[in-house]
Amino acid sequence: MGAQEKVTNEPNTTKTNATQVSRREFLGLTGSGLFVFFWAGTRGFSQETARPSQRFGYPEDFNAYLRIAPDGRVTCLVGKIEMGEGVMTSLPMMLADELDVALDSVDIVMGDTDLCPWDMGTFGSLSTRQFGPILRKAGAEARAVLLQMAAERLNASVERLNTKDGVVSDPSTGNHVSYGELVQGKRIERHLDKDKVVVKPASALKIWGQSPVRRDGLDKVTGKGKFAADFVLPGMLHARMLRPPAHGATLKHVDTSAAEKIEGVRIIRDGELIAVLHIHRDVADRAKSLIKAEYEVPPVTLDDRTIFDHLLKVAPQPRVVDESGDLKQGEKLSKTIVEETYLNSYVSHAPIEPHSATAAMENGRVTVWVGTQTPFPVKQRVAEALGLRPEKVHIIVPYVGGGFGGKSASQQAMEAARLAKITGQPVQVLWDRSEEFFFDTFRPAAVVKIRAGIDGTGRLTLWDFRVIAAGEREAKSFYDAPHRRTTSSGEWSDENPELHPFAVGPWRAPSVNTNTFARESHMDTLARNAGLDPVEFRLKNLSNKRMRNVLQLAAKQFGWKPAEKQHGHGYGVSCGTDTGTYVAMIAEVVVDEGTGAVRVNRVLCVQDQGATVNPEGTRQQIEGGIMMGLGYALSEEVRFRGREILDRNFDSYALPRFSWLPKIESFLVDNPDLPASGCGEPPIINVGAVVANAIYDAVGARVLQLPMTPARVKAALPHT
Amino acid sequence: MRRTISFTLNGKPTSLEADDEQMLLWVLRYDLGLTGTKYGCGQALCGACTVVVENEAVRACATTLGDIAGKSVLTVEGLAQEGKLHPLQQAFLRHNAFQCGYCTPGMILSAYALLRKTPQPTEEQIRRHMDDNLCRCGSHTRVVEAIQEAAKERA
Repeated sequence: MGAQEKVTNEPNTTKTNATQVSRREFLGLTGSGLFVFFWAGTRGFSQETARPSQRFGYPEDFNAYLRIAPDGRVTCLVGKIEMGEGVMTSLPMMLADELDVALDSVDIVMGDTDLCPWDMGTFGSLSTRQFGPILRKAGAEARAVLLQMAAERLNASVERLNTKDGVVSDPSTGNHVSYGELVQGKRIERHLDKDKVVVKPASALKIWGQSPVRRDGLDKVTGKGKFAADFVLPGMLHARMLRPPAHGATLKHVDTSAAEKIEGVRIIRDGELIAVLHIHRDVADRAKSLIKAEYEVPPVTLDDRTIFDHLLKVAPQPRVVDESGDLKQGEKLSKTIVEETYLNSYVSHAPIEPHSATAAMENGRVTVWVGTQTPFPVKQRVAEALGLRPEKVHIIVPYVGGGFGGKSASQQAMEAARLAKITGQPVQVLWDRSEEFFFDTFRPAAVVKIRAGIDGTGRLTLWDFRVIAAGEREAKSFYDAPHRRTTSSGEWSDENPELHPFAVGPWRAPSVNTNTFARESHMDTLARNAGLDPVEFRLKNLSNKRMRNVLQLAAKQFGWKPAEKQHGHGYGVSCGTDTGTYVAMIAEVVVDEGTGAVRVNRVLCVQDQGATVNPEGTRQQIEGGIMMGLGYALSEEVRFRGREILDRNFDSYALPRFSWLPKIESFLVDNPDLPASGCGEPPIINVGAVVANAIYDAVGARVLQLPMTPARVKAALPHT
Repeated sequence: MRRTISFTLNGKPTSLEADDEQMLLWVLRYDLGLTGTKYGCGQALCGACTVVVENEAVRACATTLGDIAGKSVLTVEGLAQEGKLHPLQQAFLRHNAFQCGYCTPGMILSAYALLRKTPQPTEEQIRRHMDDNLCRCGSHTRVVEAIQEAAKERA
């Protein structure tokens, strides 16, 4: 069996080294049972394991564990968080299936730094894709241990025993024993060796593939579910921070005298932080508005129109992502060469829950309830900000009201914790919408330049793709082109103040929306040049089987392409890959040539994500990805002047709304024997291109810049 | 001006010593402990703070205590009766008409006000009525379906 075993009847109380000490911190109260410790493989871990100091003495030999308690309940403890994707439902499903226990006997404890072992964070569709398979193995390991124990107890060979609903039974004798009875009075610890444990075949899974009610459902429809600002503590102060008018602005003069005159107002100045606090939020708001502040604002050198030239000018050296054949040769073979530049603007995450945190300091220890995707890194930053030892910081992540990549830095946690320490009272920080836009780490503005050629038969001969400032994820094309090169210059993750006038960061499927919009728009133009239907042209240049399959299925399900269409109606297609998942999308739009306004009537999505754990959860992600995608496709862009953000609320920054809702159809290709890949990001990646291509089909306007606002559509209309 | 302000909250008479100008959203959340009503934008642009006042959906971030004095206010906490979820809550649950859930109380209360006025709305009426309730996770399809189903049950 692939594990080291340690059985003691009483928990060992001798402190031998730092690892055991801190392990006891969160295992101390858990008593007896079977424990399986394991590594949830997360990208970037190898880097983090090389720096154990970053994990503040948390055990270094595991980052998640499960426990089977004497009452038969199974608990999985992991530092991941739930922000709407449904992982608190899908992860217990996987575990229950491997363990042969009822789904409702599995609990999951997430995002609490006192209870859960260290974890890097929740992002990149990783929870299901990378954590899930290892969680299954941990379940399989636990089941194997329990079977072995049952064999001894029932005096039977393991092969003879069955497991069902948390009970091991011997069909030949009728003897049985429950998991809880087996671990009674014992403490058994196992460390998973993931290379030596085999999980059940897909055909043996029963819960996998079902669509149970979401575990967070009741909390969310009753309003009982708590988000970070829903912790209301006795004596709690509401803090409002003085904010600069633009990034990089320096405070020259501040006069808080008028604010101080309001009864009960406290003004705290701590380094760069100037905060107004009051027990009532609206009094804190009013007091803040009375502060007179003068700033020196950096000179305006850029705005949302000039940014693209700037990016091209200051972009770092390109990196070759993919190269094959010889571009010169490709040019010679090309009958037609099409060259184009695609642009996309800065886009905001705009979760409906703004950044918020509630902090309380008691006996030298601070507890922070915070909406974040990264509780453990936040713990470290809070400890540093307060000058506390890490064990004096407790981060609790309750429900998170949407993240989409934007809730990692979590500056509000440090603000609340610092102010709680200074005032000695609990403090809540709930950013207003203007702060939310100002401090957002936007999806970067970016430029993609493509030069591609086809021969007389419509085969790709040349593919030269250069992405600037978006990042290289999925920049490499999956279409067959013998002579090709892909380069990427500047990543969204680079801290490069030269490139962007404010912070940028990961936004649902980072890089991929930009790269897919450009590639699939260009493929459409090439198809027109080849005189081929866009689906036919793609298939002609596509040997990847899974991609061909989703595209063909999409065309069939949609009824591609209607022989007749009404005036102003158009149909578009787009293909993409993300986190190992293959997606094809087809859309129908109506364009008003007079105004340039676009209405998306129907979107069909076919997704191949390998095995599907929770089909209902996946459909929610597809529908959500399509709706969210319509925003970056049609309306969402952050306007700015210099380092001042102009869009600060939903009046000028337009999110998709009910009146936009198209008919959405989703189809999943079931590949139960392939590993489950990501499903949170892939459905959004095609939305820009599928709409762009449908607009072209409708009115002949090739829009090269996202978002495709009415003005941009009108400007792209062919002149008659 | 500080005075005694009385209103009906989730069916119960409620009195507060307060100023007329105090924002209903903050009073609900921080004085009355009803944190199901959420802050989203502060300018009546997103609908996360929607509550029902006298059968009308209103934005609690743009409604003062003075505005609701003597009136009846319903929040998400007052929807379930005797432990039984309101048909809209049940329908939202059945349809998984949410992901992160932050906009959900406001969505349900907007829908509640719609069904009070228009018990059998068309899909178009639902979309129009719900248009100012924003959802970033994109649960719109399911919200429409849930409202249709709740309406059907009442028919």
